[in-house]
Amino acid sequence: MVQPASELHGSADVAARIERRWGFAMLGIVSVLVAITIFMGLSTAMMPPSRVETIDPTTLHVSGEFAEANLGSVYEPDGSVTVHVIGQQYSFTPQCIVVPAETPVTFRVTSADVIHGMLVTGTNINAMVEPGFIATFKTSFDAPGDHLMPCHEFCGTGHEGMWANVRVVDKNAFTRLTSHARRATCDL
Amino acid sequence: MIYNKRLVLAHFWLAFAVFGAAILLGEWQMFIRSPLHGWLRNADLYYRSVTAHGTVMGYVFPTLVAMGFGYAFSELALRQPLIGTRWAWAGFYLIIVGTLGAAIPVGLGLDSVLYTFYPPMVGHASYYIGVVLVVVGSWIWVALMGVNLYAWKRAHRGAPVPLAMFATVAGAYLWAWTAVGAALELLFQLIPVALGWSSSINAGLARVLFSWTLHAIVYFWLMPAYIAFYTIVPRAIGGRLYSDTMARISFALFLVFAMPIGIHHLFADPQVGAGFKFLHSVFTAMVSVPTLLTVFTICASVEIASRLRGGKGAFGWVKALPWDNPQMLALALSFVMLGFGGAGGLINMSYQLNSTIHNTQWVTAHFHLIFAGAIVIMYFAIAYDLWPHLTGRAMGSLRLIRTQLWLWFIGMIVLTFPWHYAGLLGMPRRMAFYDYTAPGGDTEALTVIMSVVGGAILVVSAAIFLTVLWRNHRAPQIAPEPYTFSKPVHEPANLPWALNGLGLWVGLMIALTLTNYGFPIAQLMRLHEAQVPAVYVGGKP
Repeated sequence: MVQPASELHGSADVAARIERRWGFAMLGIVSVLVAITIFMGLSTAMMPPSRVETIDPTTLHVSGEFAEANLGSVYEPDGSVTVHVIGQQYSFTPQCIVVPAETPVTFRVTSADVIHGMLVTGTNINAMVEPGFIATFKTSFDAPGDHLMPCHEFCGTGHEGMWANVRVVDKNAFTRLTSHARRATCDL
Repeated sequence: MIYNKRLVLAHFWLAFAVFGAAILLGEWQMFIRSPLHGWLRNADLYYRSVTAHGTVMGYVFPTLVAMGFGYAFSELALRQPLIGTRWAWAGFYLIIVGTLGAAIPVGLGLDSVLYTFYPPMVGHASYYIGVVLVVVGSWIWVALMGVNLYAWKRAHRGAPVPLAMFATVAGAYLWAWTAVGAALELLFQLIPVALGWSSSINAGLARVLFSWTLHAIVYFWLMPAYIAFYTIVPRAIGGRLYSDTMARISFALFLVFAMPIGIHHLFADPQVGAGFKFLHSVFTAMVSVPTLLTVFTICASVEIASRLRGGKGAFGWVKALPWDNPQMLALALSFVMLGFGGAGGLINMSYQLNSTIHNTQWVTAHFHLIFAGAIVIMYFAIAYDLWPHLTGRAMGSLRLIRTQLWLWFIGMIVLTFPWHYAGLLGMPRRMAFYDYTAPGGDTEALTVIMSVVGGAILVVSAAIFLTVLWRNHRAPQIAPEPYTFSKPVHEPANLPWALNGLGLWVGLMIALTLTNYGFPIAQLMRLHEAQVPAVYVGGKP
């Protein structure tokens, strides 16, 4: 079928125009998604761990904030709670973390050997735990309850056995726990 | 015609043979960690298997498919015998040596570090060197693709480069640059430690370097599938390619945007600041654009085929499509899986939503749906399309081929949908077994059992695939019609410079990678306190 040249150009233009429209529509959708991300980041401060802080994994146990006596949860002067956790093949220390509900909680987590990961089931808490770096993130728990906290990054042949627990208690119970000890873990 | 049939067949057969072995490992893994049995409690065997499955499926299988496909398509598109056949064979043998060098220590349990390596865990040097040899073998292919296109351009000054070759070379250059990240990690961090020359590693830096490779490698896997969408499917079903220009723009955009986005794998990592995480999130959103363009162009192309066959109405034309044609079926099933997988991908790249599913079974589900689903089903379609031209023999039962494609689709859905759900429940990936007695463990047990069933369906499908190809070698000889590519509705007479070569896009790819990766890498290299002791797996060297 032979088409006159003018008609050929016409259909090519139509095809190009339709495709351009589709292209712009898709760019629009992508822009909306990015805009939502920016808005949520700014309005509710939903941010991933964002500080690059280093620490020597070979001296964690000797001194500093990750020495054994400092692990677990503690009230800060401003009423928030800080939790220090170490991951190592194949357990977390402390093995059970106790935190108050409806309180700002800051996690500071690092690894003593290889790369680990932690997530608290039923929440959005999810971080990589890497030797040499401290993962810091802020969160708060809505209600008392028990959560599992598995290691989610392959860390050796015992990886599947590396689980901890997070126990969320109400504020008063937590205050009682910390009234006679500086740090709180479920063992107390 | 294909001049070097044996070269192409050697690549494809080796690819599908290792694929057949690795899929058995995958199904075995699903079975032994399910609650269906209680006799094997050896986690070490499980992680050996995961390492082998991932290494083969991630590095060896797709690389060999891309290489064989590239050699065939460069000869078919440029209508000239491959330049550098001896080099091509050398690359092939390097891959064999590399695969064996990597597989043996993995089998012995000296390298259970998974295919993502995980420093500061360090395995036997032979594994890492084997992986490097596989990559070097594939770089020979990259160079040959460039050389062949260059020779053709010199002989055909000003002529439009055939779309099939434009896309093949785009895929080759993407791979060459993508592999650099993991190569740097292997050569400068892992191999020296594995050989005992050094004993510490910056694990955070290693992860950033690996992320350089880790995402763009998926687009390297994806290239043959997309080339098939554009240049095989419309022709095979009797349609026209809706737009040649849009095809070139899509491949060029893949080249530019596939690279500078890998840090979205590190959203939960402590060694990268929020700024670069955000930047990579935005660029990840951008890389969905070429796929969205492709979906439009290919749907329009098959609509043309339907209308030429008498398809009518706004939606009625879908019915008139040649559904009994394996290429049509493969395309449709691939698009459905791409749709689900792509939606999951948009969730993964979302800066905040990612924290719900990072490193859970959701991620396993997502990349199996995209790679093993949408992409590998097109590898099958490519093999079915090329095989008669490689063997000079008729393709057997189309019904068996359709059954195979359907089983692959059903198996993939049954495998991955429960995985997505398990991920939302917080089930971590890469676990030899789970504690099904933990709270909620029974729900997770059910999802794992469903995935075992899905995996079994996939094994059957893969066996049928290999059978069909094998049978073809014994089928009656035919003289296949000359191989053709899809004709665009409007044949490009003269293309703008930017769409007739890859110079501009390769430049943009490198520049964007350096902007998006340069600072984090430079910053991490300066952090000497982040050098941590290596942890040897399977004994010190």
